[in-house]
Amino acid sequence: MTIQEVPQGRLRTPFYSRMSELDTVNSWHEWKGYTTPDELYCAETEYFAIRNATGVFDLTPMTKYRISGPDSLEYINRLVTRDMAKIKPGRVAYAVWCDDRGQVIDDGTIFHLREGEYRLCSQERHFDWLMASAIGFDVSVVEETAEVAGLAVQGPTSYSVLSNMGLDGLGELKVFGLMHFDFQGAELMVSRTGFTGDLGYELWIEPAKAEQLWDALFEAGKLHGIRAIGVHALEMARVEAGYLAAYEDFLPAKATLRTGRTRSPLELGLDWLVDFKKPVFNGRRALAEEQRRGSTWRLVKLDIDGNKTAHHSYIYAKPKNNKREIGFVTSAVWSPICKQNVAIGTVRMPHGEIGSNVWVEIYYQREMHWSKAMAKASVVDKPFWFPPRRSATPPGPY
Amino acid sequence: MKTYDAIIVGAGHNGLTTAAFLAKSGLDVVCVEKNDYIGGAAVSRELYKDWMYSNCSYVCSLLRPEIYRSLELHRHGLQVTPYGGSVQFMENGDYYGSYHDPAVAYREMARFSRHDADAYERYSADTMRQCRFIRDTLLRTAPDPTSFKPRDIKELIAIGSKFMEMGEDRMYETIRFWTMSVAEYLAEYFETDVIRTAFSGSGIIGTALGVHSPGTAYVLLHHYMGDVDGNVGTWGVARGGMGAVSKSIAGAFQAYGGELRTEAGVDKIIVKNGQTTGVALENGEEISGRLVVSAMDVKRTFLNCMDKSDLPAAFYDRVANFKIRGSSGKVNIALDGMPTFPALPEGSTLYHSDMHFIDSMERMERAYDDWKAGTWSKDPYIDMVVPTMTDPTMAPPGKHFMSCFVQYCPYELEGRAWTDPEREEFAKTVINQIANYSPDFKELILHYEVRTPQDIEDQIGITEGNIFHGELTMDQLLFNRPVPGYAQYRSPVRGLYMCGSSTHPGGGVMAAPGANAAREILADLRRPNTVPENFGDD
Repeated sequence: MTIQEVPQGRLRTPFYSRMSELDTVNSWHEWKGYTTPDELYCAETEYFAIRNATGVFDLTPMTKYRISGPDSLEYINRLVTRDMAKIKPGRVAYAVWCDDRGQVIDDGTIFHLREGEYRLCSQERHFDWLMASAIGFDVSVVEETAEVAGLAVQGPTSYSVLSNMGLDGLGELKVFGLMHFDFQGAELMVSRTGFTGDLGYELWIEPAKAEQLWDALFEAGKLHGIRAIGVHALEMARVEAGYLAAYEDFLPAKATLRTGRTRSPLELGLDWLVDFKKPVFNGRRALAEEQRRGSTWRLVKLDIDGNKTAHHSYIYAKPKNNKREIGFVTSAVWSPICKQNVAIGTVRMPHGEIGSNVWVEIYYQREMHWSKAMAKASVVDKPFWFPPRRSATPPGPY
Repeated sequence: MKTYDAIIVGAGHNGLTTAAFLAKSGLDVVCVEKNDYIGGAAVSRELYKDWMYSNCSYVCSLLRPEIYRSLELHRHGLQVTPYGGSVQFMENGDYYGSYHDPAVAYREMARFSRHDADAYERYSADTMRQCRFIRDTLLRTAPDPTSFKPRDIKELIAIGSKFMEMGEDRMYETIRFWTMSVAEYLAEYFETDVIRTAFSGSGIIGTALGVHSPGTAYVLLHHYMGDVDGNVGTWGVARGGMGAVSKSIAGAFQAYGGELRTEAGVDKIIVKNGQTTGVALENGEEISGRLVVSAMDVKRTFLNCMDKSDLPAAFYDRVANFKIRGSSGKVNIALDGMPTFPALPEGSTLYHSDMHFIDSMERMERAYDDWKAGTWSKDPYIDMVVPTMTDPTMAPPGKHFMSCFVQYCPYELEGRAWTDPEREEFAKTVINQIANYSPDFKELILHYEVRTPQDIEDQIGITEGNIFHGELTMDQLLFNRPVPGYAQYRSPVRGLYMCGSSTHPGGGVMAAPGANAAREILADLRRPNTVPENFGDD
């Protein structure tokens, strides 16, 4: 008897039908087995939808796990570095988790859906590690990536769009909060989270209702400049917001071959996520040791002179006569909204203190010929784009 | 009588590689081969009209790209084409496919276990980390830890610092990895029996050990460290069969002015006053040479082709105790068409892959139990490939050549030689196991060839037909291969060298032993080195 083969090509998310209708570019790539758009109209237009109106991004391929059971809090608290006891039901936490050497396995968001019930969302897949970590806990971990469809609805008019859709009471929702609504008989979860650093929400629903949700959303957003967007636009917004991406700004520890290529949370500027007051969590001993001895690397946000984007550039301590580079850029973008040349990078300690200057070697091509420039860059503290509307509660009706 | 600069004994891929690099350096080299064809175990033979059989080695990945490039093997007809994946047919009618496309491979693994699908990334990283460590040693002579020669010390420091760089956790892991069984290693990642089984085959191929025997995790690595165009772990087929590898190296050798003589089996390596002076052929002819380089396995070289009195007693004993046990056989089949495997959907890419017909670690170990009892596995591990699914040259259009590597198969049956009816029974075991999953298979068979370890020894000359010229366990690797103190391709006899797979880094169609031997010989002769360096794996 023939056994049906697993799907051989890229999978389609429940929103594919709607995205492909809007698509004018036909540029897609693979994301965790799904096909996902690079752009649907043009990346720049889509970027400005995020910053000026509302951009809608299909995040269904994000890996999602449901964690529940009597020991779920205790389990998650050992898994991640921050104190999850402070995250009450209805709240969401950004978190990182580490191996025993204190190296980051991945980052993600943890939604405290209801008392003792969580959803963990991450770019990479971790069932192996989550199961290994569950030994000894009365906890259930279930992957639900394909069972939950997700949309990011991001931008200044996103609140207006969602209110228009009839989500009453959404105005009270604070940043990193979540609420449940009824949507045509299904449960719609809305969280005030996102990857753009702007006012925005993420919507989570069962796949059977995905197309209806999309239709309702776009109907409600018709007069508010709503646009579907691809990964290119989101990536620009992500760097402006200073968020990290796995495989760009850090490598998942379990999948990395070379010793020294991984990073600890302290080396990624995430010390605020490490709570040493917790007696036990994975990587605690190594991180405490690192805190005492000092880290090897430091993550820097760079505001770079000039307008040439510093993709993959080496970073130096001085403009010339350097013996060696002190680090390199991991993400870079020209910020259309800040009119700034911005980047995220990693440098060796003690370089890269906030307020200090470093130098970035930029190679750029003009009409076939390559040139090289040394640009001064200042190390900044805050995200490049951090508008008050991001956290205004209730949000304004832009 | 003419005196050659060097006589290479055996025109397998390693002998030819040494020969080519020595000839490239300007030496006057002759390579002698007992058979009327060259290639040794890397050979294509027309055993049935219009069918080329890769009747010994059958797939290619380990061949060092540095050698390929340096000898310009593409100019001498070599083309290696990658092929994808593998499939494990299961007794319950299902199958587990290992697809070439990573997203599909993930989904297939998740069909059995999401845990295993996610664990694969960790498995892959951990295994590749070991690969990187060992790959760097392939085109280098293994340093002797007891030596105080600056070169040995420098090499030891290089290896040592690479080891230290791993960090303490990974140093522990590495030591464990070198000594543990493949079953234990896989159990640290995968919970699904058939997935463990699929990965475990590489841990026992060509080795007289079972999946639960210590040391088999390392053997796994030996099958992973190859690459096709930088895709580490990928396997390919040589267009025209594995003979294309030997032929292309022979082509390079001859282009450098080397002389190739077939039907010139060596009876004795001649030693006078502790120095080789040449070889005596089986037909009585003597060939005179300043150096003799043996590509034969270490036992055949020293126990069969030399006078015991020419060798130190301790060395002789070490060679006699070298583990080179026959553990695998082959059944090579000409097919009138591609058999169907009803479990697979029509047109599945898995038809192009390696096929296996065993689905549990228990069955794998039981297969080994039969070998220990002195017989072939009644439920064997078969690594079956149909290279003609990829290579259009080996059989007429629409027809196919099927290579079945069969483990386990002993050198002797309960201590005595195989009989012809028993060889037939062995073939039947293999054919029946495949036919269980393919109802039309038997009727498509036009011709088949059975090769027990004894046949391989008789025909190719490898002692006990051991495909690696000696097992790849830690006690026989690096500075211990083939025997301690003689791991740098030299022998106790002046002018006599070894270049076969019994030497570091071991078996497989890698050509690294041959290249390393040439480098050592050229250094001894103070001639310019023609052997390329490792591309390196930074």
